[in-house]
Amino acid sequence: MREFKILVVLFAIVGFTYYGIEPYAHHIMHPEPVEADFNFKDLKDIDSSLKGDAQNGKTLVEANCVACHSIESQGHMPLMDDATNAASYGVVPPDLSTAGNLYNKNYLANFIANPAKAMHLEHKYSETKPFPMPSYNWMTPKEIMDIVAYFESIKAKELTHKESFENACGRCHSMAYAGISAKTPGKVATSHFGSTPPDLSQYIKSRGEHYLHSFINDPQNLLKGTAMPRVGLTQETQEDVIAFMEETGDRKKDERNALGIWVILFFVLMSGLAIAWKREIWKDLH
Amino acid sequence: MAEFNKAENLGEWFDQRLNTKAFWKTMMSEYWIPKDINFLWAMGALLATLFGILLISGIFLLMYYKPDVNLAFDSVNYTIMQEVGYGWLFRHIHAVGASIVFLVIYIHMFTGIYYGSYKKGREMIWISGMIIFMTFSAEGFSGYMLPWGQMSYWAAYVITEIFGGIPFIGGDLVVWIRGNFYVSDATLTRFFMLHVLLLPLGILGAIVFHFYTLRFPHVNNQEGDFFDYEVESKKFLDGNKKESKVINFWPGFLSKDIMVINIFMIFFFYLVFYHYNFAMDPINFDKANGLKTPEHIYPEWYFLWSYEVLRGWFFSIAGISGKDLGLMAFAFANGIFLVMPWLDRSPTVAPANRRPYFKIWFWLLMLDLVILTIFGKLPPTGSNAWVGFFASASFLILFISLPFITNMEAKKAGGKQ
Repeated sequence: MREFKILVVLFAIVGFTYYGIEPYAHHIMHPEPVEADFNFKDLKDIDSSLKGDAQNGKTLVEANCVACHSIESQGHMPLMDDATNAASYGVVPPDLSTAGNLYNKNYLANFIANPAKAMHLEHKYSETKPFPMPSYNWMTPKEIMDIVAYFESIKAKELTHKESFENACGRCHSMAYAGISAKTPGKVATSHFGSTPPDLSQYIKSRGEHYLHSFINDPQNLLKGTAMPRVGLTQETQEDVIAFMEETGDRKKDERNALGIWVILFFVLMSGLAIAWKREIWKDLH
Repeated sequence: MAEFNKAENLGEWFDQRLNTKAFWKTMMSEYWIPKDINFLWAMGALLATLFGILLISGIFLLMYYKPDVNLAFDSVNYTIMQEVGYGWLFRHIHAVGASIVFLVIYIHMFTGIYYGSYKKGREMIWISGMIIFMTFSAEGFSGYMLPWGQMSYWAAYVITEIFGGIPFIGGDLVVWIRGNFYVSDATLTRFFMLHVLLLPLGILGAIVFHFYTLRFPHVNNQEGDFFDYEVESKKFLDGNKKESKVINFWPGFLSKDIMVINIFMIFFFYLVFYHYNFAMDPINFDKANGLKTPEHIYPEWYFLWSYEVLRGWFFSIAGISGKDLGLMAFAFANGIFLVMPWLDRSPTVAPANRRPYFKIWFWLLMLDLVILTIFGKLPPTGSNAWVGFFASASFLILFISLPFITNMEAKKAGGKQ
């Protein structure tokens, strides 16, 4: 009975201290991240009621986009290599083959109309330092929706987690532990953004899934003023990206979770034996 | 040379040469421990076990770790955590073990204080234990630097900076410790040496010494009883085991220790596999960057109380800057436990619940340490700074008043006896 009381006092002190230095301290130091908004509610509805005409979209894209963007799946190869591209634009312009996979439709429409605004990066660009891609707000909503419909029509059937990551993040971020180097050379990115986009190999560990979900959805929520854009990923793509970060940064997770149970069971068994043995020995002592 | 007969069996062969039977008796089967104990008495064996676990997991990590600022981070987080078979397991065991060993050290230490196990001949037990604690602290701190993450770097920066406050030699001392003007490759390699060689050697020696100090004064018991070990052990050997106040170290005492250790391991491995963030701070998975200070810098949880004693003094008093006051308080806090046997002026060896004044002192100290630990992690802004100041001041007052409190208690008890 006395031992039980001691145990209760011990648990109370250790438990209270633990609560103070872990859950409570983290709650104070890191405010709860805002829930991800995959509808991008702050953006106006360009006109989702219009049914875009992919054929007309194709014409518009070929007239307006392919001078800078490649669309490799449709035979539009990059006009320059990555380093030259990066030097010309600040960042390597994305290949558009997977635009229909990656981005929320209404976000993409808003992006075409005004990229810096859709990305929440208006604080980073100005008249003297314009965003590399011009706004296409002179197009009619119908034309913009035609372009969106075109990207939708050429989207890849399925992207692997790695492909999602490379297309959504890989122009700026490296992932050394997966052998991925950013397409835009670090020095060029640093001078364009004002800071170096970090290697993401261990971000699943340093930031955690919960934080990443909110951060990728809109970086400004958690890091005001950052040069990282709101990329406009759909929920599905974002989950794929985070899954890839976990597969790279916490590769042994499944092995860990599977093994743990057996080790714990082993010590449950050992405890049983040890208790029986102790009783046997102490039978003569008490 | 003594005459050797042909040994009947292997045991006899060793006994002839190493006197193993007598050694076993002296060290194990006839080494006497009081019977009136509870599970808190198993913390010593548990600590020895945890030290063994740290040593073994550390040896495995040492095979792949690279002490170089350009390689350290990836050697831990990529090579060990991802490439080496079960490398992640050894790292988790080592990190969680290092954190949890301090929890058990604190339980062990405050058990000693609660039961007055540092008095009347047991002073050397206490002092050798405190030496282990201090070397372990240095071991924990130096080890935390090795993964070369953001918190490794900045904790090293802040803690080495503390030595700069020492009068006259402070500035030079910091450079001497770091091996450079800032925390750098030289700092990493020397802390690596300390962590894997010098300090473990010191700890091993101190542990052996700590065991030895127990031999003559014997382990304390739940009631602080003093009795004749000759008489009690004779009863035991004569078969009156139930009446005897002692048990043998093997198998009596160790059977209980092994039980506690096994039960503890269930909890330990739960932490290792499923709940390890408390010992492996997420911030430390960002590579060290001397140009980017983290928003919050804090030491590992087991240093928080003394860190808060340091930080609590944020304003100057009588012309002495807050920084210097903090440093003095910090030095006091880290040294004062060592002289505990002489601060407690009461000759009574009894659990705190049987000591009217000491009881209050003990629980106030526990409360203060919990407050210091929690506020040591929170940002020291607004009212937190004041809580830190009062908790830090209370710590000093508690220890300064201890001789007076225990003296009064002794006089009160003396009147009764």
